[in-house]
Amino acid sequence: MLISKWKVWRSHGRQFIPDLQGVRLPETFRGRPQIEGPVPKLLAEELAQWCPVGALTAEPFTLDLGRCVFCNECAMRAPQHITFTSDYRLATTHRDALILREGNPDFIAFDEDQVRDCIHRLFGRALKLREVSAGGDNSTEMELNASMNVNFDFSRFGIDFVASPRHADGVVMTGPLTENMARALEICYNSVPAPRLLILAGSDAISGGLFAESPALDRRFLDRYRVDLYIPGNPVHPLTFIDGIMTLLGHYERTPWSEFQ
Amino acid sequence: MRTETILNRWLKVDPRSGRVPLKEIPRLAYSEWYDDLCQCLHEESCHVASYFGVPGPEGLWLICLVMDDLEGSVRIASYRYGRGEQRVLPSVTAVHPAMHVFEREITENFGVSFADSPWNKPLRYAHDRADWLHTMNDYPFYTIEGEALHEVNVGPIHAGIIEPGCFRFICNGEQIVHLEIMLGYQHRGVERLMRETENRLRQAVLCESIAGDSAVAHGTTYALLAETLSGQTVPETLEIERAIALELERIAIHIADTGALCTDIGYQLGQVACEALRTIVINTTQAWCGNRFGKGLIRPGGTYYPLTESLNERMLQNLEEVRRRFAEVTADLLDSASVLARFEDCGVLTCSQALRIGAVGMVARASGLKRDVRATHPTGAYRTMSHEPILVTEGDVFSRLKIRLEEVMQSIDYVRTFVGRWNEGREEVARPDYTSPWAPSSLAFACQEGWRGEIVHVGMTDEQGRLAAYKIQDPSLHNWMGLALAVRREGISDFPICNKSFNLSYCGHDL
Ligand code: SF4
Repeated sequence: MLISKWKVWRSHGRQFIPDLQGVRLPETFRGRPQIEGPVPKLLAEELAQWCPVGALTAEPFTLDLGRCVFCNECAMRAPQHITFTSDYRLATTHRDALILREGNPDFIAFDEDQVRDCIHRLFGRALKLREVSAGGDNSTEMELNASMNVNFDFSRFGIDFVASPRHADGVVMTGPLTENMARALEICYNSVPAPRLLILAGSDAISGGLFAESPALDRRFLDRYRVDLYIPGNPVHPLTFIDGIMTLLGHYERTPWSEFQ
Repeated sequence: MRTETILNRWLKVDPRSGRVPLKEIPRLAYSEWYDDLCQCLHEESCHVASYFGVPGPEGLWLICLVMDDLEGSVRIASYRYGRGEQRVLPSVTAVHPAMHVFEREITENFGVSFADSPWNKPLRYAHDRADWLHTMNDYPFYTIEGEALHEVNVGPIHAGIIEPGCFRFICNGEQIVHLEIMLGYQHRGVERLMRETENRLRQAVLCESIAGDSAVAHGTTYALLAETLSGQTVPETLEIERAIALELERIAIHIADTGALCTDIGYQLGQVACEALRTIVINTTQAWCGNRFGKGLIRPGGTYYPLTESLNERMLQNLEEVRRRFAEVTADLLDSASVLARFEDCGVLTCSQALRIGAVGMVARASGLKRDVRATHPTGAYRTMSHEPILVTEGDVFSRLKIRLEEVMQSIDYVRTFVGRWNEGREEVARPDYTSPWAPSSLAFACQEGWRGEIVHVGMTDEQGRLAAYKIQDPSLHNWMGLALAVRREGISDFPICNKSFNLSYCGHDL
């Protein structure tokens, strides 16, 4: 009996990643898209028409990373203009920073001034979050679980998911916010002692994503409360989540991709 | 043979070319339809794959697809329910409880009433339901009077990072007398969005999001359906690649669930070992297509991510590593009395219960019921292999764990075989095709064995060849009732491991 455990333990070895910021995802990973302009109008219109979520506008050419589901169609149709880099650092405090344009810098802007004062002071050393899935498809949910797993071990920084909103400092919402879940989400959010964080994880959460036009959603909750962090992804990669929270808490700094790479 | 005589009024369709012109679908009187269906469902080999209503100018058209596992065929027939009709139809659920999900949906969405239906409650509170008077807040939970009993409500939000759903227990002390599961919180209107768009890329992406943990399975089902409608055949190489992706998904989730079961009994060694192994598998998928869940990989007509020799080589290496280490985890779990004590004889779903509720997939196989469309209705690369489903008969939590342990190994073998076949005859794989015209006024269906079980999609086109209706059946739809039955007489503290052992999809059910 002990021998079987010892065998598992021996093969398992050491799994945790000591330096999370040192990890580089494979080239194939679709992170921050880089736009090389100018995109000819006709092409831009074709791309906008094909985009499954209406994340692209033709004039001027923009790509809304808060809507994009990273299907890669636009990059396949116009590889000379759009490339998805493996830059997973996508989270930001303001929605506008997710609207990407030609000639944007090679990173997603993160504006420190938008971070509420209390966040660094109160949560800088420990942050407990309550997750609420409101129509999420269970992929971002699984990735949030994975960020706490034996590889990423995010809780080493004092950041954890807790079972009750009463124990939490904020809510992470996934999913497009269905009408049937709207009430429960709001009750949960209001059960978190103030000041409380609101974090949206995944394209669905940020904009409704694929489901934005669905009459089965009720996103009015988001008009009433301030969002502290937007984390794009379909699903959100654990490193995107970790980087986003650490940057929000002031532990990581957003640097240009050329330096980070 | 028996369906030949029982369902002789029904149209027989070979699942490989699952397309029929709408006008060829037999239209029966409800009584004929009802008699045929009730009779054929007495056969263990028959079950309903899909049964849904399509509203039209003259009223409702109700279409039913029966799968015959012995014959490997699908049978279709329909009946009409006129506009403004007040007729109350005899309920099939009263005879065959497995039909409850379909009849509840039809009642909820279109207001058709079924007489003597034992459990005619709202299914998911769809946004376009017929009955707007009732909302989630007044769901008619079953209650039992009695001084010794108390009720426990869990959800919709659960303690872990999982999807929402409401569980209402009636307990006698610590023991569960009855569990009622109320779902619908995840309803996003997927079927409506499917028919409202003509952009087939959008349809493909929507299908990948039906249940994110089954992105490949639902994505492949859609791709097959789209190809059926356009009459396309894809190269065998592509079929093999899709099958590899599907088996990788099965391996990854089965390992994750093994780990999660260990978590729920506080067995950390099993948990962390499985977490690390799952990471290897999903990172293999990521190296292939840039997404750990395989989103973006499966598209109709072709793919943007063809496999390469170097990818295959790495995949096989990784899987060998997983096989070796997972075998150690398996040996350890089977050798740990304290682990087995929690899993054995817990949460039993008997074979006859599984049959009666129409259980599918690994839940059915863990109860000794052989339901696996890879064996009975194979498509693509599965056609040319003989797949013997793994069966366990006890139907307890341990059986559902055992199925996972063994299926991981079986799927690793399959990936090896597929890669061998891929090497033998490589063909050029095209890029995705979103534009070839679809057959007008037709019905098409496709099915795949995802890791949870049988996934069925049915699509109907209008005169212009655009989608007029799209119906999705996730295996969870049937299996949720299995969980409710399995926990009866268990201690309420064993509910988490029972639930985890089923690991059903909320969004796949709610759509
Ligand atoms: S990758 Fe994003 S922006 Fe490009 S087509 Fe897909 S969803 Fe639209």
